Amino acid sequence: MSGRSANPLHLKERIKLPRQNMPEQPPLERAKTFTEVNLGYSEELAREEALRCLECDKTTCADQCPVSVKVREFVQLIVAGDFLGAAAKIREDNALPAITGRVCPQEDHCEGACKLGKKGEPLGIGYLERFVADYEQRAGFRSLPKAPPTGKKIAIVGSGPSGLSAAGDLVQKGHTVHVFEALHEIGGVLVYGIPEFRLPKKIIREQVDYLRDMGVEFETDVVVGRTVSIDELMNVEGYDAVFIGTGAGLPVFMNIPGEHLNGVYSANEFLTRINLMHAYEFPVYDQPIAEIRGKDVGVIGGGNTALDAIRSALRLGARNAYIIYRRSGAEMPARKEEVKHARQEGVEFQMLTSPVAFLSDGGGRLKAARCVRMKLGEPDDSGRQRPVPIEGSEFELPLSIAVLAIGTTANPIIQSTTPSLKTNKRGYIEADAFSQRTSKRGVFAGGDIVTGSATVILAMGAGRRAAKSIHEYLSTGAW
Amino acid sequence: MFNILHAEFLAPGIKRFVIQAPRIARKQKPGQFVILRIYERGERIPITIESSDPQKGTIRIVVQSIGKTTHLLNSLNSGEGILDVVGPLGKPSEIENFGTVVVIGGGVGTAMAYPTAAALKHMGNRVVSIVGARTKELVILEEQMRTVSDEVIVTTDDGSYAAKGFVTDRLRELLEHEKVDIVLAIGPIPMMKAVAEMTRPKNIHTVVSLNPIMIDGTGMCGGCRVLVNGKSQFACVDGPEFDAHKVDFSVLTQRNASYREAEKQSMNEFLHETEEHACVAQEGTR
Repeated sequence: MSGRSANPLHLKERIKLPRQNMPEQPPLERAKTFTEVNLGYSEELAREEALRCLECDKTTCADQCPVSVKVREFVQLIVAGDFLGAAAKIREDNALPAITGRVCPQEDHCEGACKLGKKGEPLGIGYLERFVADYEQRAGFRSLPKAPPTGKKIAIVGSGPSGLSAAGDLVQKGHTVHVFEALHEIGGVLVYGIPEFRLPKKIIREQVDYLRDMGVEFETDVVVGRTVSIDELMNVEGYDAVFIGTGAGLPVFMNIPGEHLNGVYSANEFLTRINLMHAYEFPVYDQPIAEIRGKDVGVIGGGNTALDAIRSALRLGARNAYIIYRRSGAEMPARKEEVKHARQEGVEFQMLTSPVAFLSDGGGRLKAARCVRMKLGEPDDSGRQRPVPIEGSEFELPLSIAVLAIGTTANPIIQSTTPSLKTNKRGYIEADAFSQRTSKRGVFAGGDIVTGSATVILAMGAGRRAAKSIHEYLSTGAW
Repeated sequence: MFNILHAEFLAPGIKRFVIQAPRIARKQKPGQFVILRIYERGERIPITIESSDPQKGTIRIVVQSIGKTTHLLNSLNSGEGILDVVGPLGKPSEIENFGTVVVIGGGVGTAMAYPTAAALKHMGNRVVSIVGARTKELVILEEQMRTVSDEVIVTTDDGSYAAKGFVTDRLRELLEHEKVDIVLAIGPIPMMKAVAEMTRPKNIHTVVSLNPIMIDGTGMCGGCRVLVNGKSQFACVDGPEFDAHKVDFSVLTQRNASYREAEKQSMNEFLHETEEHACVAQEGTR
């Protein structure tokens, strides 16, 4: 046990304490608005929860964190009542704590490794992280110490979680950091993908402003590969290193009949219209979305994106809101909390079901999905049981809107305009798993453009690793 | 903010802008487009680049007033700005020495056809341009097209200027007495479709530039998907130019009508607001 503990409780007492629930808006109220579902811990709740930490010598929680947040240390600071100290402790490893505290799948990382979880419920590490980040925001950010200027210039391509994370680390090291973003707002998937009720835009703006105050420069409306090439950034604009974090790519369609009907969307488009373009505030905002009020909406897929889409549809007044997933609940990759929230709000789960065709109303609009029920067969490459269609189980599900949230493929823009950049056979950029180095000297890559669709925190981990090796490269010149 | 250095109407409802956008000007190639957003609450719309001047760092676009966003855009003047302009997007036109090329511009499509015609001419092709419009006052860029064409044929639907009829009437005449190696058609969907149907039996390679609804323009949203040869293609990264004989134009027409009601609502509210403004302004001057 750590000697700096301010925790007055004996380990046996700590184990008996229940996990403090996250206060949240009542399900039926919140399902009508885009305001945030979770309300956040109070100081009292945070300290109560922090007291549960066993302060293990072997910090498996931190080991399982993709950015290695020092969990035990920051929780100890909460117990001691030093909330700003706790925030600073998190910031040593995590540039975006208010964001990860909200969207990170903690059950797969820190909380999944928490010893308390063996018998009872794990420590609410995500809730605590969110609490200290929000506390810090209210109190006013304290800038971290910054190294003296190195005179080195780094271009970050993409302002999503990997790019922001890399930017935060590199600016601290004294480098000049310039972030290029293709869209008109900073944040990438955090802004266009994750809805307001799960991650308010205000939180992202605050975190970005913090980075700006630290000295990070941002430039929107630049599609690297089109507006300027990687080679031009290095040879003409004088960047010493480039990090490519352009994220998830082109949405995958199912190639089934009727996919071009009006009312069939990719999740990226559906969520971008709502989140980035504020279609839910049409006509105050100009970008429209199909009429959803009183309509039946089905989202195909079982990940966080699918749940974000269907819960957005509910908030836009959908009559029936379905998740249509080809496997069973156990295989759903979504965060547990999102599944729970979606159920509470009235989302209906059509498990072991897959659409085989989208049907037209005769005028080019979606009327229904013809679906087939599935059963689980032999395990596939992912180790999960492969869903197999059950013969004769076809049925029609009336739908006015169908949203495909079944994944993405690599965006080709940078690769096709940077000949010396190696890609794998699926078109993703090849980068070393530890150094994030690509085949091109001075160019690093990380996040979804390397791994394919993953999570915010995994992308942030890649951004951090890249920052570390960019710093090494710029310090030593060795490749 | 992207500054407007110059703005002038080419025809009623059709305006040309010169915009300060040095990065885009350096990279623009014929056939590419920008996506712009005028103001904070605005939508993102694609607009083809007519030309650019890398030295001055400017691009030129031509905009026809159709819905709220294009009306709003065309109410802007030099000295004002556009909040976001991103590009150049899409694959550039394929420019080779094909031989004899027919370049067809229908309405505001002529502005989009111009840079490709210029590049094709520069490449040594014989360029015959057909410029079509509904009526005389909507014929745009005729003189400009002459500077990059060996021959320019103008046609108006109502016969108020030059020959009466559609671009396809002129194309048919042309195909009767000349060997044509490739046709490029840019304009309204029915026009592009009609051109495709005319060249299909003669097996003349025909290229069209498609204008589906788009948001990000980088392949991320998939909203601009078009059916080409039975497969989904994204106009923003796979196009915007496609083999006309493989494009499913009816799907394009249907998808472009997705938001017709919302577009009408936006437009009506916009007109209502501008009328109110006009009334207030008038009262103010009294």
